[in-house]
Amino acid sequence: MAQRLEMDPVSGRAPLVLGATSFDELTKAVAAPMERTDWRKWWVAFGVSVSLLGLLLVSVSWLVWEGIGIWGLNNPVGWGWAIVNFVFWVGIGHAGTLISAILFLFRQSWRTSINRSAEAMTIFAVMCALIFPGIHVGRIWMAYYLFPIPNQMSMWPNFRSPLLWDVFAVSTYFTVSLLFWFVGLIPDLATMRDRATTKARKIGYGIFSLGWRGSHRHWQHYEIAYLILAGLATPLVLSVHTIVSFDFAVSQLPGWHTTIFPPYFVAGAIFSGFGMVLTLLIPARVIFDLEHIITVKHLENMAKIILLTGSLVGYSYAMEFFIAWYSGNPNESFAFVNRMFGPYAWAYWIMVSCNVITPQLIWFRRVRQSPLILFILSIFVNIGMWFERFVITVTSLANDFLPSSWGYFRPTIWDLTTFLGSFGLFFTMFCLFVRFLPLVALAEVKSVQPEADPHYDPEAGGVARGDLEGATLAAPEVTHA
Amino acid sequence: MREAKPWGMLAEFENTQTFYKGCEKIRDAGFSRWDAYSPFPVHGLDKAMGLKRSNLPWIVLICGLIGASVGFAMQTWVATTAYPVIISGKPFFSWQAFVPITFELGVLFGAFGAVFGMFGINKLPTYYHPVFTSDRFARVTDDRFFIAVEAQDPSYDERKTKKLLESAGATHIEQLED
Repeated sequence: MAQRLEMDPVSGRAPLVLGATSFDELTKAVAAPMERTDWRKWWVAFGVSVSLLGLLLVSVSWLVWEGIGIWGLNNPVGWGWAIVNFVFWVGIGHAGTLISAILFLFRQSWRTSINRSAEAMTIFAVMCALIFPGIHVGRIWMAYYLFPIPNQMSMWPNFRSPLLWDVFAVSTYFTVSLLFWFVGLIPDLATMRDRATTKARKIGYGIFSLGWRGSHRHWQHYEIAYLILAGLATPLVLSVHTIVSFDFAVSQLPGWHTTIFPPYFVAGAIFSGFGMVLTLLIPARVIFDLEHIITVKHLENMAKIILLTGSLVGYSYAMEFFIAWYSGNPNESFAFVNRMFGPYAWAYWIMVSCNVITPQLIWFRRVRQSPLILFILSIFVNIGMWFERFVITVTSLANDFLPSSWGYFRPTIWDLTTFLGSFGLFFTMFCLFVRFLPLVALAEVKSVQPEADPHYDPEAGGVARGDLEGATLAAPEVTHA
Repeated sequence: MREAKPWGMLAEFENTQTFYKGCEKIRDAGFSRWDAYSPFPVHGLDKAMGLKRSNLPWIVLICGLIGASVGFAMQTWVATTAYPVIISGKPFFSWQAFVPITFELGVLFGAFGAVFGMFGINKLPTYYHPVFTSDRFARVTDDRFFIAVEAQDPSYDERKTKKLLESAGATHIEQLED
């Protein structure tokens, strides 16, 4: 195979994968993390994650036994960390589908290196999110009330409530994300099946790859299915956080009852999701030797999306203030001044520093190209977005219309353990993912290599596109057939 | 044990370019019972193989419309007939509030249609296929491309078909049994 040029000879842009990498070398690089024999470091990471997961189980068991009184909820603040954590995790779960669906529709081929792990992250984040509404109902054995199931009491849920819309939105989102992820995995599972050396792997990958044989009569329908799923997932991902924001916006509390909430929440969700993708992938690409596949350029592109959505979030904060003043509603104005200078000012300023100020560093090229700085920045994004949900939820509840009913929310140790425990679930799932499933969408990465183009001509250094209409040529010396 | 009978011919190609031209040749020679195998979807191969457009979008449309209708009908029935409760003085049939769930169920059923429709059209899972009997075929999920022509095809002729595939640039040809 010819040495890779500075430029991708087909697209005329910077190459997506660095180094002279053949299809076979790509397969080996992606399969290597699963085929290692030394799993000691993995066991350490898995051990820590499972311990945290154990903490979640203990916390939830104690919650079910004792009731939600073990949390720091009090009379004005009836919605505490459970809803904060729910929105936090669901928000993180937005980057995967954005990368796999929206960037797919926009033909952003750089997505192929990161979409698999981002989709996995989405699914695990939504699993973490789904725990909280499930357990915060108090009587967890009544959680089936959330669903329209015929019952002997002839009772039905209230379809006019945003909380019920949320049940449908998040469960649909989880199901569709899982299907989308699985469809993307099938060809790569077949690769693992064909490489398998042990019987267990042969059977395991064999069952889940459904007997995939790379037939083009299959690929044809497969590609249409993938395109349609992307088309369905795009409005879906935007609708999910819109509906999550309705949980707040449809109520009449000052600071919640605003029309800016849906776009503001969606921007924040994408912002936090990309933050978490960077947090996971910057170490993963080093640990698993994937630096030539998940390149600095990929990190840079994600950083730019963080900058864009971070600025949108900053704009939303400013616009909320402007409207609070412009509306002339004293309760609304008070809610926002209280956020800035009231009892939760500390949380508000953590939020602004992490979400609005630090992402602006991404304007500098040196910051964008430094994985270490981006990693630190991504941690700030995660912290800032958790505090955003805390500020929104708690400040409006703690200080509403009547000063006589004000209060102050203090979390208990069980709030903390439940939240930490949810990270345990997230990282346990991610550890299992990197051990058993390909971290990179192999078939898709191969398909965007210049050699994958049926008209690629290595001798001419470009593409002989005599028979394809409307194509711009990467190299001027190419002669038309 | 079942007796093995000849199934067809499997030709191996080393790169996308010769594979693509090979497909065009087989198409132009008038074959119908043949297939092309690759590690990733090769752009434009539908045309090179002379395949018709997929019917899957229609399946998805129908499933999506069923999902949305079921969603809307369920909410209307529950709110007006099965369990009418006055909430915030709103009418029982407040259709605006039914939009989110109608949309979500439309997307959900549409996605089921896309995935399971694709499985149905492709007859997946299919755990046995004659091409799997070839030892070289394992590389189809790595870096090799294959064209398989079935002996059942009326244009199939062991010698001529082999020659055609060789002239297209196949690097290895083998006979498969079923």
